Amino acid sequence: MRRFALRYLIPRFIQYLTLIFIGITVTFIIPRLSPNDPVEAQIAMMMARGNSLDAQSVASMREALTDMYGLSGSPLQQYVSFWGRLLRGDLGPSLGNFPTPVSEMIGQAMPYTLSLLLTAVIISWIFGNLFGALSSYYPKNRALSVIEVVGQAVRPIPYYIVAMVLLVVFAFFIPIFPFSGAYPVGTRPNWSLDFILTYLQHAVLPAATLVMVGFGGWFIGMKSLTSNIISEDYVVYAETAGLNEKKILSNYIMRNALLPQLTGLAMSLGTVFSGALIMEVVFGYPGIGSLTMVAVYRNDYSMIMGIAIYSIIGVATAVFLMDLIYPLFDPRVRYQ
Amino acid sequence: MFKVLRDLLKFDGRFRIAFIFLVAVVMMIILSFVSPYDPAKSFVVAMDTPPSLEHIFGTDSRGQDIFWWLTFAVRNSLLMGVITAVISRAIAILIGLTAGYQGGWLDKVLMSVNDSFVVLPLLPILILLGFLLRDQMNLFLLGVILGLFGWPFDARLIRSQVLSLKERSFSRTAVYSGTSSFWITINEHLPFVLPIVFATTINNMLWSIGMEVTLSVLGLSDLTTPSIGTALYWANAHGALVAGVWWWIAAPTLVAIVLFLGLYLLFASINEYIDPRTRLRLIGG
Repeated sequence: MRRFALRYLIPRFIQYLTLIFIGITVTFIIPRLSPNDPVEAQIAMMMARGNSLDAQSVASMREALTDMYGLSGSPLQQYVSFWGRLLRGDLGPSLGNFPTPVSEMIGQAMPYTLSLLLTAVIISWIFGNLFGALSSYYPKNRALSVIEVVGQAVRPIPYYIVAMVLLVVFAFFIPIFPFSGAYPVGTRPNWSLDFILTYLQHAVLPAATLVMVGFGGWFIGMKSLTSNIISEDYVVYAETAGLNEKKILSNYIMRNALLPQLTGLAMSLGTVFSGALIMEVVFGYPGIGSLTMVAVYRNDYSMIMGIAIYSIIGVATAVFLMDLIYPLFDPRVRYQ
Repeated sequence: MFKVLRDLLKFDGRFRIAFIFLVAVVMMIILSFVSPYDPAKSFVVAMDTPPSLEHIFGTDSRGQDIFWWLTFAVRNSLLMGVITAVISRAIAILIGLTAGYQGGWLDKVLMSVNDSFVVLPLLPILILLGFLLRDQMNLFLLGVILGLFGWPFDARLIRSQVLSLKERSFSRTAVYSGTSSFWITINEHLPFVLPIVFATTINNMLWSIGMEVTLSVLGLSDLTTPSIGTALYWANAHGALVAGVWWWIAAPTLVAIVLFLGLYLLFASINEYIDPRTRLRLIGG
């Protein structure tokens, strides 16, 4: 157990900290590369939008902004105080919705993004792997080759465009799904059956976007992994021994190809998360993506900063959790 | 070169489709040089006319011919993709070769940074960057920025290649005959790595063009330059779907799909071609 911790857990934990460290440092450096004075530009932009702010709130906003950009003191001091505020969980007030704290607004949007993202990622991963393995085991099956061609055709297309096409087809020309939102305008989220059903109906198209784009990658990955395995001696032996095909496929072939796919899942989380953000914008889904969109329109710098930091920590934690459950699937890691 | 092209056209269905799509894209790019309309000028043709013989993709609410405007958009998007690809390839080769050949603690540090960049959710960071540089942003700068973020996957790929090349006998011979490690990587290993670099270039361009679409749709790029992303941005900004001007959305979407599928299929087919084992399977060997 101690060797396992030393050899496996501690390197993973260091990698987790490195990821957060690099991500946060990048978000620290970026505003400092900007050629214009962000504080004054921000205030000018807000004034230009016709916000009637009295002198006192301008002053307090200027203070908040200077503080938030961390522009007082030497770069090193700035960097240290930046981390200090982060560790206290203080991301400052939202400038678009002054003075609601950024973390509160992100907290409200997070469940929508998270529930949709998790469901879609799991569905596309399971189906992609299943069909990928089936397609390499039954290479002559027509239906499977059609699925492969469709999956491969959708894969390279950006999330935004796939979402747009789905929206136009299934909400505009064939209106079977709602245009936007996570629930009808005017209703309040609650736990009644009716609400859950409409919630699910609203989630179909956004989830379908994520599933469709993700599916092809898992499919092709599984197919190429298993295409080597099916010619292995132990598979041929199992076949000649007359084992049932289902068992060969699940216990002999897929199980051995699953590990790289799990690693792949961890590696792809950041990309999928980015895709989910843009998909939400298209469907007006009230998650982090829509929050970002509004923040961009309102020049809400603190919100964008907060979203960037939250997403980095969120993705890093998800990857770390996947690393932690990895030994459950791979006995070699456990008995190393 | 010509023979390779002929073989691929003959044996690979995917390459045939890629070829047709990319010829269409190249045609559009060539046509952009003889465009009768200046993409910077609006209200030069009638507004909101559906696709017809005169205006193949119709005209938009800004009085521009969508087809001719898109010829510029494709050219600019592709150019930006190339800029990104060149920069990120340079970084990927440098890091991949160094980490793979040197090994040891340098390799550990580089790969740890590399893995962090792979997993990092880039979009929020790019949005932050685009937001702060909004007034200075242009397609060239965007290409450079994407290039600085687009290398980690391929650096890892190159490293893994070098790790196996390092163990081959010719590398040993070179070491024993006193070649410096710099020349071994440049002369002996780089040629093996280049085909992979070439294949991943296309994939990288796909990624960067897709990112440009995403950022432009959010209004975070130079919106006056035609690109596939800004085409969609303007259509959205004018509420094209609500106003029933569906062709304004459909045309850039169609062009984007042709471009993406063309590049992707080319990538898939080249990827298979550079691996001799899969190449044999292709011609039924």
